[in-house]
Amino acid sequence: MVRRMLPIILAVALVALATPAADKFTLKSVNVDLPAGERMFPDGPGADVANDNCLACHSAGMVLNQPALPKAVWESEVDKMRNVYKAPVDDKNVDVIVHYLINIKGTN
Amino acid sequence: MRRVPPTRVLMLRRCFLRTAGAATVALASQPALADAIVELSLPGGPNERPITRGFPEKGALILQRTRPPLLETPFEAFDQSVLTPNDQFYVRWHWSVIPTQIDVGSFRLAVHGHVEKSLSLSLDEVLALPQVELVAVNQCSGNSRGYFQPRVPGAQWSNGAMGNARWTGVRLMDVLDRAGVKAGAVQVRFNGLDEPMVAEAPDFMKSLDVDHARDGEVMIAYAMNGKQLPLVNGFPLRLVVPGWYSTYWIKMLNDIEVLNQPDTNYWMKTAYTIPDTPHASIEPGQTGIKFVPISRMLPRSFITNIKSGDTLRAGAPTLARGIAFGGDVGVSRVEFSSDGGKSWQEAQLGTDEGKYSFRQWQIRFSLPNAGNHRLMVRCTNSSGEAQPNTPNWNPAGFMRNVIEQAAVVVA
Repeated sequence: MVRRMLPIILAVALVALATPAADKFTLKSVNVDLPAGERMFPDGPGADVANDNCLACHSAGMVLNQPALPKAVWESEVDKMRNVYKAPVDDKNVDVIVHYLINIKGTN
Repeated sequence: MRRVPPTRVLMLRRCFLRTAGAATVALASQPALADAIVELSLPGGPNERPITRGFPEKGALILQRTRPPLLETPFEAFDQSVLTPNDQFYVRWHWSVIPTQIDVGSFRLAVHGHVEKSLSLSLDEVLALPQVELVAVNQCSGNSRGYFQPRVPGAQWSNGAMGNARWTGVRLMDVLDRAGVKAGAVQVRFNGLDEPMVAEAPDFMKSLDVDHARDGEVMIAYAMNGKQLPLVNGFPLRLVVPGWYSTYWIKMLNDIEVLNQPDTNYWMKTAYTIPDTPHASIEPGQTGIKFVPISRMLPRSFITNIKSGDTLRAGAPTLARGIAFGGDVGVSRVEFSSDGGKSWQEAQLGTDEGKYSFRQWQIRFSLPNAGNHRLMVRCTNSSGEAQPNTPNWNPAGFMRNVIEQAAVVVA
């Protein structure tokens, strides 16, 4: 059995040697799931508005991992989300969100 | 389930609903997103971050943000090898609409704009071009942002928004030459498959000057450390811009546009700009400063086997080791101080994997006297530039490269 297979094994080994395996790179298709991040903002005045307006584009951790920041910084962040990143936040909700952020992450 | 008013959903991309649906399934069938907590040491905190194993093709990473993913490499990984393992390589996305299915048969890389002939290359056609390989550090512009004082908004990274890999791929120059860059070309713009949730938001695109793009070093990688890229690191193709910050290393690269005028898109003109000052440093609140696009990296070095708070034995021979990189050039020398910077000794350097790579270093030392001591490490690159004694500051938290310290107790 072994003797009969030997020529085949040798032939396979020779083919393998003749092919520069290192040079030929192949890619395989990928199909995965990414976690969504279901965490909500902690309770407090304006938390519902923050949940409704912020979490469509990013998970809450982005905000909750921020240090305490001055009011002007939070105002400019909310302004950037609306005017640069085009988050559909109504005018009436801007102050609510800024106050919520100052409440959980303000410097004073 | 989060509540999003129907009117808002209509204004957002359809993918949001698909993402949310898929994620619910994923959460139900996967192990918990967080299996442990890591404690960072950012001034003023918050310092607790979950360690996540919840991302596909990835191992244990520090969870900075789930969506779009911001995943940091645990610092211990840098002590274990000069190449950062793919499954622990950090991840940073700007927009949350990220394709989760990539079919290698139908994927195409477009090359168009100010060229003789537009191309639509299959992956087979890309792989058929001459193969090149390079070891290079990929570091986020905002790596170590969490240490800025005063603190600044953004991803609150510790020092693990960087990694070093052996990249395999093709020269960008070879791809551009197949299309034939026309005279008058100024920049080359790169775009990936990721998209913002709101269609009107600025798509994430970055540009390089045409001479840089054709320098023969900038590459389109299809493998890192010998394997195809994890999806969240940019599968199937990622731009590699050796020596430059990661913002230029476009992931899931599928579009290359040759421009006959400078790129003024938001991500070049406004975002990722730095003060045009030494070390990109200004005083908090300083105005009237000219800002320019971020570009080359600076030298950095880290102690990887001893951390602040560790206790060392008085008089015992001790090994300090770590990694260094020169930025956009190689490492010339790494010096170590065990007396808070009063005196410096040159460390022994490990194998040279090329000028864009991490370089391991090590040194033996001993501290005879009990008490508090500060260990420091300083890299000088081959252009003669050394890490500074004082930290830089800028409003975006970019380009930190101050000399690192570890406060240890000798007993």
